[in-house]
Amino acid sequence: MSLARRIIPCLDTDGARVVKGVNFASLRDAGDPAALAARYNAEGADELVVLDIAASRDQRPTFLETIRRVAAELAIPLTAGGGIRSLDDARAVVLAGADKVTVNTAAVARPDLISELSREFGAQAVVLAVDGKRADGHWEVMIRGGRDSTGLDAVSWAKRGVSLGAGEILLTSIDRDGTQSGFDIPLTAAMAEVVSVPLIASGGAKLPEHFAQVFAEGAADAALAASIFHDGVQSIRELKKFLAARGIEVRLPCRSRASICRAGKRSNWCADDVASSRLPMYSACFKNSRNTPGCT
Amino acid sequence: MNVTLLDYGAGNVTSVERALHRLGVGSTRASTPEIIASAEVLLLPGVGHYATLIRALDERALRQPLLAAIRRGAPFLGICLGLQALYQSSEEALELDGLELFPGEVRALPAKVKLPHMGWNQLSIKRSSRMLANIPADAYFYFAHSYAAIESNSGCGCVATCTHGAEFVAVLEKENIFAVQFHPEKSGAAGAQILRNFLGLAA
Repeated sequence: MSLARRIIPCLDTDGARVVKGVNFASLRDAGDPAALAARYNAEGADELVVLDIAASRDQRPTFLETIRRVAAELAIPLTAGGGIRSLDDARAVVLAGADKVTVNTAAVARPDLISELSREFGAQAVVLAVDGKRADGHWEVMIRGGRDSTGLDAVSWAKRGVSLGAGEILLTSIDRDGTQSGFDIPLTAAMAEVVSVPLIASGGAKLPEHFAQVFAEGAADAALAASIFHDGVQSIRELKKFLAARGIEVRLPCRSRASICRAGKRSNWCADDVASSRLPMYSACFKNSRNTPGCT
Repeated sequence: MNVTLLDYGAGNVTSVERALHRLGVGSTRASTPEIIASAEVLLLPGVGHYATLIRALDERALRQPLLAAIRRGAPFLGICLGLQALYQSSEEALELDGLELFPGEVRALPAKVKLPHMGWNQLSIKRSSRMLANIPADAYFYFAHSYAAIESNSGCGCVATCTHGAEFVAVLEKENIFAVQFHPEKSGAAGAQILRNFLGLAA
């Protein structure tokens, strides 16, 4: 019994629609955020991230509306970010339904933003996004969606962010992002070694083996991916089954419930297939179960 | 039934409202002594800093009406900080008094593990409880906290624990007082079942 490794789909949006590009460029449309959120919630995603990658000021109300629509579909935690530059920006995102906010460029420009957010919402609600790119034997922090370099060392910056009050690090490899060639294991492992908060690895995922590797060798607490989930290249449910078979602890809601429900004659049924509207079946099923663990 | 959500201005109550709504139960946000005092069913969601919650209860004069409602038997559910607030004090803000409904002090989880304790974890069930009815023993729940009622300090009421660096109280149950350290509103179907159990007990 311990903390399960998390699988986190990410919705990169232009404010209203989900988009995704290779190496942060050439964006293409990948769907409606709320519809994707509902799908991932049902498929067993552990959390969801929604980002406004356009992050333009005049599009802000659209993005907040997107957060509201996405949050309404979820019974799992939601992180939102993109263009958060102040406490007010963050408050708007939280009020729209996000449980956590993620900051990147604005935190590099003004690190105190991390402390302000942490004081207001608690460290558990502050995710510092660090975009790292390999440069002369270390990884450099990139900002503005991977376009500009900063000269900062990614691992040192993350460590500083944690000391300022970040409760989680979302680490993206700019070298791997969009390439589907696997997570950057050396970068992830170097970061995991140093930071004392949970670490989410991102960038480069395609195959189930990539996820197994980033948990086993990269020591990540969570792994994030976007297009492979949106495009149906990888189902979250199948991915989790793969990881569980490799001995990696993941939340597999189906396993126990399916066996319990055999007594209730619904053996092929799984709780996370069930949208909220069908929840009464959940209790009906349990009611018929004569041997429910945990309630002897 | 209508659930009164104690809104102290900091916690994200929206997700709790939505979770209740999905179960077909209405809720009202309340932040005045009169409404809290006359509440039928009370829910205290909590996220953020212990001091923010306790100070807000005192500044808004909600402490006494809340305690009075609990003492007259109104079903109460505390979530996350809403559990921690039930103890005598917390290491997160030692100068403040908790609601003192349970003995013991809330402590920081040990720094030998990654903190915050964030993500999905399982329970170790200590005794049978109404709150855990119809919950599979291996169900996962979503936690997000750095402080906890560490079991040895928890005293009575503990029906399930969780372990992250130290064993701590995950589910409390005593008469009409219920509390969970995890977030049922963000814990998928298992979380919905916890809320359903509470609402069933409150009905």
